[in-house]
Amino acid sequence: MITFTPTDEQQLIVETVRRYATERVRQVAHDADERRATPGEIIAKGWELGLLPSLIPDQYGGFGEEHSALTGALAAEELGYGDLAMALYLLTPNLLGIPVLHFGTDEQKQKWLPRLTDAAFVPATAALIEPRWDFDPHALHTTAEREDDGYVLNGHKAYVPLAADAQAMLVYAREGGTTQAFIVEQGSGGVTVLDREQHMGVRALPTYEVRLEDVRIPSADRLGGERGCDTDHLLNYSRVALASLAVGVARGAFEYARDYAKQRETFGRPIAQYQAIAFLLAEMAIEIDATRLLAWDAAWLLDQGKPATRNAVLAKQYADEAALFVADRAVQVLGGHGYIREHPVERWLRDCRGFSTFLGMAMV
Amino acid sequence: MIDFEVPEPIQRQMQLIGMLGEQVMRPIARYYDDHEGERPWDYINMIWQTVREQGGRTLALPTSDEDRASNGPKRPSFQNLMLVHSVEALSWGDAGLYLSTPGGGLGGAAVEAIGTADQKVRFLKRFREGEPKWAAMAMTEAQAGSDTAAIRTTARLSEDGREWIINGEKIFVTGGLMSAKESPGFVVVWATLDSSAGRAGMKPFVVESGTPGMTIAKLEHKHGIRASDTAALVFQDCRIPYENLLGSAEVIRNDGSAAGRKGFKGAMKTFDATRPSVAASALGITRASLEFTAGYLKQRGVQVRYGVPLHQQTALERDLLQMEAQHRAAWLLVLKAAAKMDAGEENTLEASMCKVKAGAVANFVAQKAVELLGPEGYSCKLLVEKWMRDARINDIYEGTGQINRLIVARRLLGYSSRELR
Repeated sequence: MITFTPTDEQQLIVETVRRYATERVRQVAHDADERRATPGEIIAKGWELGLLPSLIPDQYGGFGEEHSALTGALAAEELGYGDLAMALYLLTPNLLGIPVLHFGTDEQKQKWLPRLTDAAFVPATAALIEPRWDFDPHALHTTAEREDDGYVLNGHKAYVPLAADAQAMLVYAREGGTTQAFIVEQGSGGVTVLDREQHMGVRALPTYEVRLEDVRIPSADRLGGERGCDTDHLLNYSRVALASLAVGVARGAFEYARDYAKQRETFGRPIAQYQAIAFLLAEMAIEIDATRLLAWDAAWLLDQGKPATRNAVLAKQYADEAALFVADRAVQVLGGHGYIREHPVERWLRDCRGFSTFLGMAMV
Repeated sequence: MIDFEVPEPIQRQMQLIGMLGEQVMRPIARYYDDHEGERPWDYINMIWQTVREQGGRTLALPTSDEDRASNGPKRPSFQNLMLVHSVEALSWGDAGLYLSTPGGGLGGAAVEAIGTADQKVRFLKRFREGEPKWAAMAMTEAQAGSDTAAIRTTARLSEDGREWIINGEKIFVTGGLMSAKESPGFVVVWATLDSSAGRAGMKPFVVESGTPGMTIAKLEHKHGIRASDTAALVFQDCRIPYENLLGSAEVIRNDGSAAGRKGFKGAMKTFDATRPSVAASALGITRASLEFTAGYLKQRGVQVRYGVPLHQQTALERDLLQMEAQHRAAWLLVLKAAAKMDAGEENTLEASMCKVKAGAVANFVAQKAVELLGPEGYSCKLLVEKWMRDARINDIYEGTGQINRLIVARRLLGYSSRELR
């Protein structure tokens, strides 16, 4: 039956995350962007929400809720509403947790899932993106070659969040004709975490280029062991996450522009009372709702175990454009003030341009 | 719970209508586009059986709130969801033919939304029996389109107080010919009781087919949806029974209070219900254009791949992906507006949001389809060029894209129609 109302439990999660995003994250978002640093205490508070531990089975020390992309999408929207950089920061451990949950062997689950239920934030990450204009997750330049009883990884990764501190990094590499994932532990020989990257947006999120030179790992660390993993399936969780984060950022931009337009006067009237502005705001709101529904649609298919790639791709692609449109128009509504860093809309524009790049940097 | 599972009965209905579209509507679509004055009786007689069996309601409005309340405790209903799916599927077959479907239509929708229980029986019973009948809604006038409050058609009481006397001219009445003249249907005419009262003075009146004083002044020649007639109606001292006024005769002046806006509320309530259907019709054309174009290209070796990075996508793929995403986005907005109505919640905002989106998307997709198929798309060999013409009306009727943006903006900003004009 077609319905659009979250369950009571989901509603509770939404409210809790929204409170965190509004009362904590938003308060520090400007400074975090300026200083290119996320305050540790914000992440500690965010980790207390228990978003990742809640979907880890109780046998591994989690709360044993069933993993739901829909619930994740709802939470991600609120986190994005808080701040995109800090949302990506907080969700980084998912990049190891969710792939292990879905495809990990018993030993891999045994080894990693309990760690991800720690009371303190656990830096764990994944490396998918490569520093090239024609980056393609289905044709990676990072390779995994079988050797003796293990694999040798070679390649160059970029946009790896928290790489400098990560206890483990899930490295995606081309093995034969497909993309497979490999768990690389901190301190493995041949892994060099390069200087922190500088980007247009999400500046409070530390990301790094990572060089892999003859990194030798045991075959037990290939995600899913002999069976491997379905990378496309994992990318769908990323697409849903990014689309929902985009909805959150766009919602923040829309609300800011709406409130500004109601209070800013020209020619003796609030600018929101002119159709030129009012129509923009209407279109922004429509695009936000449309994007949200597309993300839910894809998430629902994932939760139902139905083929979801088409809808997830459409949702992500739509979200890339819609979020950019909304943030861009928010800057326009504020006019010259929108270009000044005292107002957050320019930051949201910088953040939103990134969605077309961020594939694999968030998962729910 | 958030759920996108289409209920079984709706899936079955979609299948049936899909077959009807393929076997009955598509083969005659071109003919009635070429022969604008002819009515598609082959389709009409066939669909009338279904309309009648389903209580004349399939294509009008589902049960009103009061009916549902009197049916005992609230149970989950998906009547509006059924409606938008049906309209979408029929418009996939052919939007012009869909619009010529006999039944309550917009006139019936107004009766459903505003009429008393007695009026509903009196006016709507006919759609369950006998020969095919139509009902239309007459709102627009030459000088009053989006600005409905500017209508000049008047209604005044006869001296004995038992009849209303209507005078004025209406244009762009969808199905006006069939409703006012060619079948024993009716027209819901919006007229003012007091032109100084603006919207508060506007009331809907049911004028039975063939009532003396109501005449067809003109039949329009249109860009698309030609299988459906669009008429201009003239009312000259047209007398109708007092009981044919829908709702209350009381004129409550608009003093900015909630009560002051009540007079106009009837029309708006109708639109809340019909806008998702119009959006659904737009998206039926959209799906037809999209499916045909993708299928045509696929047969010729152009296949859409999902999840391919930008640098590997062809321009055609990129267009098709965008068309698909836009279509899905608009359809989900329609479903949300319909589901809200089924839940008995107010859906003015959602109804206008989905109408804005669907009106824009239908045009974008149908126009793109012609472009992508090149010389073949522009040719009358295929229906694609017709779908583009049929799609164009959807951003215009039942509230233009601009009027619906205005409604959305007022809701979002908390502005009255005076504050945001």
